[in-house]
Amino acid sequence: MLSLEPREVLSKISKMGVSASFMEVCGTHTVSIARSGLKKLLPDSVKLISGPGCPVCVTAQVDIDYAIALAHQPGVIVATFGDMVRVPGTETSLLEARASGGKVEVVYSPMDSLNLARAHPKEEVVFLAVGFETTAPLIARTVQTAKAENIPNLSFLVLHKLIPPAMRALLALKEIQLDGFILPGHVCAILGSKPFLFLKEEFHLPGVITGFEPDDILLALFMLVKQKKEDRADIEIQYRRAVRPEGNPQALKVMEEVFEPQEANWRGLGIIPESGLALRHPYWDFDARRRFPLKIMGSREYPACGCGEVLRGVISPQECPLFGRVCTPDSPVGPCMVSSEGSCAAAYHYEEHP
Amino acid sequence: MCLGIPVKIVEIKDQEALVEVGGLKQTIRTDFVPEAQVGDYVIVHAGFAISVLEEEEARETLELLKDADVIP
Amino acid sequence: MKKEIITLAHGSGGRPTQDLIERHILPRFDSAPLKQLLDSALLECSGRLAFTTDAFVVHPIFFPGGDIGKLAVSGSINDLAAVAAEPLFLSASLILEEGLEVEELDRVLESMSRTCKEAGVALVTGDTKVVEKGAGDKLYISTSAIGVRRQIPDPQPALISPGDAILVTGPIGEHGMAVLQARESFFRNLELQSDCAPVWPLIDSLVKAGLKINAMRDPTRGGLATTLAELARESGLCLQAEEDKIPIGETVRAACDMLGLDPLYLACEGRMVIILPKKNAEKALTVLKGHPLGTQATLIGECLEKPEGVALLSTRIGGRRVLAPLSGEQLPRIC
Repeated sequence: MLSLEPREVLSKISKMGVSASFMEVCGTHTVSIARSGLKKLLPDSVKLISGPGCPVCVTAQVDIDYAIALAHQPGVIVATFGDMVRVPGTETSLLEARASGGKVEVVYSPMDSLNLARAHPKEEVVFLAVGFETTAPLIARTVQTAKAENIPNLSFLVLHKLIPPAMRALLALKEIQLDGFILPGHVCAILGSKPFLFLKEEFHLPGVITGFEPDDILLALFMLVKQKKEDRADIEIQYRRAVRPEGNPQALKVMEEVFEPQEANWRGLGIIPESGLALRHPYWDFDARRRFPLKIMGSREYPACGCGEVLRGVISPQECPLFGRVCTPDSPVGPCMVSSEGSCAAAYHYEEHP
Repeated sequence: MCLGIPVKIVEIKDQEALVEVGGLKQTIRTDFVPEAQVGDYVIVHAGFAISVLEEEEARETLELLKDADVIP
Repeated sequence: MKKEIITLAHGSGGRPTQDLIERHILPRFDSAPLKQLLDSALLECSGRLAFTTDAFVVHPIFFPGGDIGKLAVSGSINDLAAVAAEPLFLSASLILEEGLEVEELDRVLESMSRTCKEAGVALVTGDTKVVEKGAGDKLYISTSAIGVRRQIPDPQPALISPGDAILVTGPIGEHGMAVLQARESFFRNLELQSDCAPVWPLIDSLVKAGLKINAMRDPTRGGLATTLAELARESGLCLQAEEDKIPIGETVRAACDMLGLDPLYLACEGRMVIILPKKNAEKALTVLKGHPLGTQATLIGECLEKPEGVALLSTRIGGRRVLAPLSGEQLPRIC
């Protein structure tokens, strides 16, 4: 771990006298920033904006409804990371599906779904494969293992999303003025820094690959402010203890073997080409959509839900008309309020509000 | 979006490792870190090691701060 | 040998019920009113009383550092302790699921008996019912307790004043994490015991030292954060804790990091949050630390006038954030 004197870094940031807005595109950063109260320590001229960094939040409503519908199928056990359990679909959530008799199992590792399938040979286990590039290789390895071990009653609902295409789509909208990115440390542990060079080349924007301690984020902010001051746009690595410029070649290889890029539907951003993943042909037997071709009708987002604008950084959570009134963590309207790393939940839980 | 914490490898067998952190022991997969050795610290995400930690490099980053004083 | 199990007959009220009471329950509790087996326990006590009730449904019923019996006795005693009441009498209703092994019931009863002795409380009345297999989860216990209030004025949130010190009697979150591990086996091995314990003997030492306590609460469900948020709301003051000072064991911290849980929201069953005038804080810490249940007691923060009704945490890097009450159960997450 780093051992910094936070006040020293903050004063160095202030002294540079730079006015800038930086976006974090990782929910774990959003939570770390909120939990440490970092925003209020920064000079007024340095703003932090949360982007589409929570994989649960960016999952389209129709996909969440599909997962919930699966949990209601007789003989189906839905295995999921805890993150998805409370996310509201059009009508209900997985939590409510479980309360009314559906089978939903929370797992810690995707590998646990193999054991779950072995333990329930007469039932179908469907794993909800959400997450960005950090998580996708793990799922890929699990799919390979399921195939190698011939586990017939396990399939995967693949909802993976890719970060760089979403950032490009966001920047192309030109809705917000940004001066750089706090880049997601663990996504980059897999991807390396190269997939983010387009920021520099196409948009002349700097990015710093950042760890998750408040100290890491402070240091990255210092590096971003310094780049802005020097009018540079480089992709730098603050989180060097875990990230190599080339990423993790083994993980990339497995991800590439199992998945191919395909368009994906993002909440707030819509359909973005090559921003999601699909199982390659040899693994189609493990595709939950092929095994359970359910028709999902009438999926819709709650009218006036601001999650889309929040995910694009166009409005802050507090600027959503529903925030704290209609929409609270106890009765969430949109996913940003319910996911533990959603920006609305973070703002509601950790920031002072009347 | 991705929680990952550093843990210490105490045993490696095939593609699994026993890791330890603060009185907690866990089995994790090492598919993606074939270079990892007993005694190494790795970052674990959802039961898989995704990176071997290198402490030296963190210090290098701290050097950046020292350079900062040259900026007016 | 075949394992003896609980059947619906044990709840019939007839001979098997009597046998259960006479062979398994009565010998374990040294209590004259209980042994009388009247419809009500005949008691003698007078003065300023406190009365509390609670239900216990923990799953699994055995966990490292405790079991549902120890928890049920401690829970009601700790609720009395939170108003500085010395526990005198306890009642317990057991709801048994058909199929429960009698040996398991014995272990729970043994543990209840031991906990009663530790806290100096008598089990004076009880009831046993049996529900059909599947209608319960092995064993539920409901306890009520009567105690005598030992401090005037009674500790309560309305007495909290700006400048008061906030203490916690030991490391937090150990019960919540120990039970989570016992239930879900997330880890290969977790060297962690629940903190479950009756805390009256500890609180008693503080009361006897004459250190005026303004308010107390045991940070059970919802953990320390929820307790501080409740006390802030009820007192109309700001309760501010310092992140650095909150005692959290390294095992709880590591397990929380792994699962993405916040230790501030994990339940404790043998800790107390104590709020008292700052001038008494040092003395109180010395008294607490002198008792086996309070060796790691810590000053974690103070009460302020503003912002009203909110609990805050000042963070290690010098920021501050709100401690909101827990919403829903914490789930392990990857993000």
